[in-house]
Amino acid sequence: MNLEDIIAKSMNQSAVDVFSTMLGVELAAGAVTVESGTPEANDGVMSFIGLAGAWSGSGSLTCSPALACRICAQMLMMEVASVNEDVLDAVAELTNMIIGSVKNDLEAHLGPLGLSIPTVVFGRNFKTKSARTSEWIVLRFPWDHEVLVVKLCLAPSEKTAHAVTHMLGQTCPLEV
Amino acid sequence: MESDVLVVDDSAAIRKILQRVLRQTGMAIRNILEAGDGQEALELIKSRPVDLVLSDINMPKMDGIQLLAALKASAEWRSVPVVMITTEGGETKVSEAVRLGAAGYVRKPFTADQIKEKLVGILQPAPPL
Repeated sequence: MNLEDIIAKSMNQSAVDVFSTMLGVELAAGAVTVESGTPEANDGVMSFIGLAGAWSGSGSLTCSPALACRICAQMLMMEVASVNEDVLDAVAELTNMIIGSVKNDLEAHLGPLGLSIPTVVFGRNFKTKSARTSEWIVLRFPWDHEVLVVKLCLAPSEKTAHAVTHMLGQTCPLEV
Repeated sequence: MESDVLVVDDSAAIRKILQRVLRQTGMAIRNILEAGDGQEALELIKSRPVDLVLSDINMPKMDGIQLLAALKASAEWRSVPVVMITTEGGETKVSEAVRLGAAGYVRKPFTADQIKEKLVGILQPAPPL
């Protein structure tokens, strides 16, 4: 199993576990794609969180305002009519738990990783871009006729890139 | 004897969930206080002693490890049990918390049973109605 498969499997399992434990919702497995280039414009709620260490990158969770309200309602067991502080906080914490769980899994393969405090955005027609990495592992989870998107981009830092090339059994460009 | 519990987490959602879960544990809990970070928690404890602290690790201003270290360095608050509730599963931070004297840790996402299990032996069960 290559690293991309390991990450996708961990993202799937983490999202399913977090939804089951914290929301009491049995999420179906997400469809996996790898996407690169400039992402499309987003509408709705997006929460993202940074990963740092020998490998670094970002994880994110995106959904519609209606789905964000549903997440909050399930998580906090309360009525939610529109996106408010509670909704943004619930989505941020969900991202923290899903990506945090992936981080814990990946540390067995990549060494210690740090996790930032999550940031959440709610708006229309906004774009995001990671400064370094443009390739994302994307999982789309269908839920209640809507889609919850969980993404992760991760790349070795320059210092570890050489060692990683050897770890993956690839031809090292520095030694050709 | 009823206890006062302090929940420390920068997520209001987690604080609300823990409020609900703590009330369902069947333990003798009088008050559940809240703080959004370690600094706020320390200020609160100075003005109002608590019997148990449930704390996240990754928080702004002062994180859970710093809060734990500050409590264990104080003769006045050293005996207050601190249970860490965190997404962190890495050996480094968990080991550090244990070394500093944490009474235990629960990994997020958590179930009500996992929280209750950690409270047994720290808090008294509520008397039967």
